[in-house]
Amino acid sequence: MDTMKNHFFSDMGVMLGRSMRHIFRSMDTIITVCFTPIAMMLLFVYVFGGAIQAGTDNYVNYLLPGILLMAIASGISYTAYRLFLDKQRGIIERFHTMPIARSAVLWGHVLTSLVSNAISLVVIILVALLMGFRSSAGVLPWLAVAGILMLFTLALTWVATIAGLSAKSVEGASAFSYPLIFLPFISSAFVPTESMPRFVRAFAENQPVTSIVESIRALLSDQPVGNDIWVALAWCLGILIVAYLVAVRVYKRKET
Amino acid sequence: MEKAMDVKGLRKSFKGKEVLKGVDFEVKRGEIFALLGSNGAGKTTMVRILATLLKQDGGTAMVNGFDVALEPEKVRHAISLTGQFAAVDEILTGRENLIMLAKLRHLKNPRQVADDMLKRFGLTDAADRRASTYSGGMRRRLDIALSLVGSPRIIFLDEPTTGLDPEARIEVWKIVEELAAGGTTILLTTQYLEEAEQLADRIAILHGGRIIANGTLSELKELFPSTKVEYVEKQPSLEEIFLAIIDKKEAV
Repeated sequence: MDTMKNHFFSDMGVMLGRSMRHIFRSMDTIITVCFTPIAMMLLFVYVFGGAIQAGTDNYVNYLLPGILLMAIASGISYTAYRLFLDKQRGIIERFHTMPIARSAVLWGHVLTSLVSNAISLVVIILVALLMGFRSSAGVLPWLAVAGILMLFTLALTWVATIAGLSAKSVEGASAFSYPLIFLPFISSAFVPTESMPRFVRAFAENQPVTSIVESIRALLSDQPVGNDIWVALAWCLGILIVAYLVAVRVYKRKET
Repeated sequence: MEKAMDVKGLRKSFKGKEVLKGVDFEVKRGEIFALLGSNGAGKTTMVRILATLLKQDGGTAMVNGFDVALEPEKVRHAISLTGQFAAVDEILTGRENLIMLAKLRHLKNPRQVADDMLKRFGLTDAADRRASTYSGGMRRRLDIALSLVGSPRIIFLDEPTTGLDPEARIEVWKIVEELAAGGTTILLTTQYLEEAEQLADRIAILHGGRIIANGTLSELKELFPSTKVEYVEKQPSLEEIFLAIIDKKEAV
């Protein structure tokens, strides 16, 4: 067991290197992940934006946090997809008959998800800058934003891990992410929740995306974050812990 | 440590359906042992238990002197499995696949290991192409090469030639024979009688969840009534014709 523990990080490094190669050899995954959020951003800013009363003079600033969450929600579906393929093609089995730390296989995919989502987010922020996004925030608020986005990615990646491990088909492996991609629409990401009918508003104000969007928006515009940040962190950590525990259980069960 | 494998009373059920109903057999070191059985006889289940992928419901299985259920980590140091479908990473090149496995086996010089394997399996020319561009036979060769990284002492081959064309099948046979000559213990499953006959030192027939016959080819032959001598005009089989034609083509 000692040797296994010692090798955990080197094994995970090999796994990470492997799936990063996958990403850089099929850039279409990153392009696809970026495309929809950027298209949404263009659509909302240049088509609907004129008619939307968000109470802000810079709608790109208002929109960007929700767009970033949307990108993460679609990005993590590729983790489920890659994990499913590894399972289906017997690659996970090959790794499992070898004397390596088994959890390194999962962590390799999880870290890859963090890195590839970070790349997509940077691309989208660059496009937003071209479209007029401006932030007065300093280094610390930006780091806080990066932290929240990473935590959100990590939480959803573990959800994706469950989907990838238990899916029966490629479609099933990524279908779980569709509702997640649409969650920002029923939140304060595009329009203030005040304009929504009562029931929708109640849902919108109490689902995770709204608190995360509000926190990021406040951080980027140098406003006080208030309670939102704690609600956002609680959501992310809660999803992360539950999804992680379930994923590990599913992973262990698949072994026997 | 005479025995490479020792299986006693092994049982396994899936959802109440008993697949293995008490399987017993031994495999000696350096032997090619064939587990013969029809589809669904439980061959793959058997291999998956021995390769530490699946836990049995009852009985014991020792591999390389360690109990697969109690000390799977120690078993994993001695084994490797080549499953029914080539488990190669299609997005990586052949070389990258081999380097990855060498790193995971924590070998000293992964590049050198990969180069040697590529040469040994005739994949040097295709080394830097993605495995997705490989033919079925090449993919199988890479798959087996991956299994051999780190020179495991015991190799499980689960239907290694299913779905291969006759040429590729003979290539796999050659590899298996070379491995055995080098002292590696091989357990292979197959549904082709001819394959077991060609390769195996000993053959066990798995049927209805039990081993119903076990022995060398000649021992198994003795189970049948005395041989009759008959005059038969030998017609070449289609496979022999196919191979003869291919050979001629390649000679030209």
